[in-house]
Amino acid sequence: MLEIRNLHASVEGHEILKGIDLTVKAGEVHAIMGPNGSGKSTLAQALAGHPAYTVTEGSVLYEGKDLLAMKPEERAREGVFLAFQYPVPIRGITNAYFLRSAVNAIRKHRGEEELGPVEFMDALEEKLKVIGWDDSYLNRPVNDGFSGGEKKRNEILQMAVLEPKLAILDETDSGLDIDALKTVAHTVEKLRRSDNATVLVTHYYRILTHIRPDFVHVLSAGRIVKSGGKELALELEEKGYDWLREEAAVA
Amino acid sequence: MTEQYVADFRAFAGNGAGSAPSWLKEIREGAITRFAELGFPTMKQEEWRFTSVAPIAETRFMLPHVPRSSLPHPRDIEPLLLGRGPTIVFIDGQVAPELSSAAGLPAGVQLTSLAAALQVGPVGELARQHLAGYARWRESAFAALNTAFLADGAFVYVPAQTVLEQPLEVLFVATAQGNEGPTVSHPRSLIVIEPGAQAVVVESYVALAEGVYWTNAVTEVVVGDGARAEYYRVQREGRRAYHVATTHSQQGRDSFLGLHAVTLGGLLARHDIHTVLDGAGAELVLNGLYLLGRTQHADHHTVIDHAKPHCASHEFFNGVLDQRAHGVFTGRIIVRPGAQRTDSKQTNNNLLLSTEARADSQPQLEIYADDVKCTHGSTVGPLDQTAVYYLRSRGLSPETARSLLTYGFAAEILGRMQRADLRDHLDRLVRAGLA
Repeated sequence: MLEIRNLHASVEGHEILKGIDLTVKAGEVHAIMGPNGSGKSTLAQALAGHPAYTVTEGSVLYEGKDLLAMKPEERAREGVFLAFQYPVPIRGITNAYFLRSAVNAIRKHRGEEELGPVEFMDALEEKLKVIGWDDSYLNRPVNDGFSGGEKKRNEILQMAVLEPKLAILDETDSGLDIDALKTVAHTVEKLRRSDNATVLVTHYYRILTHIRPDFVHVLSAGRIVKSGGKELALELEEKGYDWLREEAAVA
Repeated sequence: MTEQYVADFRAFAGNGAGSAPSWLKEIREGAITRFAELGFPTMKQEEWRFTSVAPIAETRFMLPHVPRSSLPHPRDIEPLLLGRGPTIVFIDGQVAPELSSAAGLPAGVQLTSLAAALQVGPVGELARQHLAGYARWRESAFAALNTAFLADGAFVYVPAQTVLEQPLEVLFVATAQGNEGPTVSHPRSLIVIEPGAQAVVVESYVALAEGVYWTNAVTEVVVGDGARAEYYRVQREGRRAYHVATTHSQQGRDSFLGLHAVTLGGLLARHDIHTVLDGAGAELVLNGLYLLGRTQHADHHTVIDHAKPHCASHEFFNGVLDQRAHGVFTGRIIVRPGAQRTDSKQTNNNLLLSTEARADSQPQLEIYADDVKCTHGSTVGPLDQTAVYYLRSRGLSPETARSLLTYGFAAEILGRMQRADLRDHLDRLVRAGLA
């Protein structure tokens, strides 16, 4: 589904990613861990197409297509979804209206008929039931006046509604209390299918006890310095990140 | 031009307006004297430092000819109405009974011409109790001029404990085509919602032609103890119009007023909104939107006067400014000594859609009580690029993202309007204005 080769990316002239290689197949969950400043969020944003992040070298193939040649909206319409670390408030626009606009942009791209307000609400209520949430979010302006936890949950609601093929969760777990974390994690687990994939960017081990990753990668100074199964996450939890830096320095 | 208006006033007082009751004649005399003393304001005055009224002061505006030769057709008026309730229509300041439909009002409810009301004993007495009792014409040259030329206008009266379902609508239509030269009208509204009553009132200023004219309006809104009122004020004047207005509201104990002011039209507009929370426990929602383009200039001066304790005011003004438009917002909040437990919140957000658009925003807090909660905030800036990217990351095109964010500025204000029918109609007007 996703093939990242030798990806280099910079922000304001500073190179943050210094050659990332990563392959994600359908049905897999990959966790990307690493200390602050290692480039985790840069990787997430570069995949979503943030205009401030410049890819200077390397390639990214998404379902065989050149992801880097696509605009952010084209990536979204093709099934890439980024749950933002800092979701942006949109004043005056309700979640329901926003979600319908997004769903219809994707449907239009696929050549499907756009949904009217009533049809959409029906589909949405179904979706809310599946993930076990009430509809109190729907008539509030997008992320406006939301608490940190509500914003993160709202990202997951969008993910549930947009049904991406490739979901990238950028530190969706930070700032969540344990109950919110469980809800978010269970929702992600429920949405997991054999034809979609999830890249989970996280600083903490905690969420990986609820979402079982197939692979764990450790990012340090813009490179993946170690990859392994979920036991690697546990090792990181016990030892921290410093031993990897030393290992990387020796290598 | 000040002397010209005084001369016009002499002519006006000498003929058509002569039938007014003597108490009104006295008020008018006082008002023209005050206008002559004050003269037109200049930008040297603090309250006017962002707005030049020179185009008004230097133009010779005449009262339109009466009687009119012809009235607009009802089918031209109908689309201008916001609601579907009883209506009173004024054409260039003159009531047009042929275009109004105030039938079926519950007993005691008035939606009538002030001139007519003043002729009738008990109704005239009701109007006399309130008329010119609130709007501060002694402090404002424009309100003074309006008061001097006070001949007709709308009288809206809802008796105590009366609950109205349908909105009452007042429509001021300008038909100036410019062939008579610039004209002026001085629309006047008096809206009285008695204690315990509930009502929705709509007041719109619209144009059927694109001539140069000046509307100089004053509206007084009185909300009695325990009454609940929503007042929708929509300014959709012509592209070459000048609009100067004072809206004054006075609220009693435990009353609620939702005052919604939407400014879409006019070349140069100034709206002074003066609200007084004059009874403990009163609540005010002051909710405004200005949507400007071309070289439009709109200046909103709001004053929220917390005169009594335990009152709440929530003020929200959003501006969307395109091309070379200029929006001005001044929000003054006064908390009087003894107005403890005041809860006041003010925000003014301005969206600049072009590099030549401009917005000036000034909060002014005057707090003379100690146990109060007052917050204010204002923003001026272009669309948030992070928000544009966020929407694009959900599949929206950059154009859709920008128009959604822009619409959101307006939708935030519209969302506070409680009447779905009026809100939907305004929503269509706003969308048309943004397209």
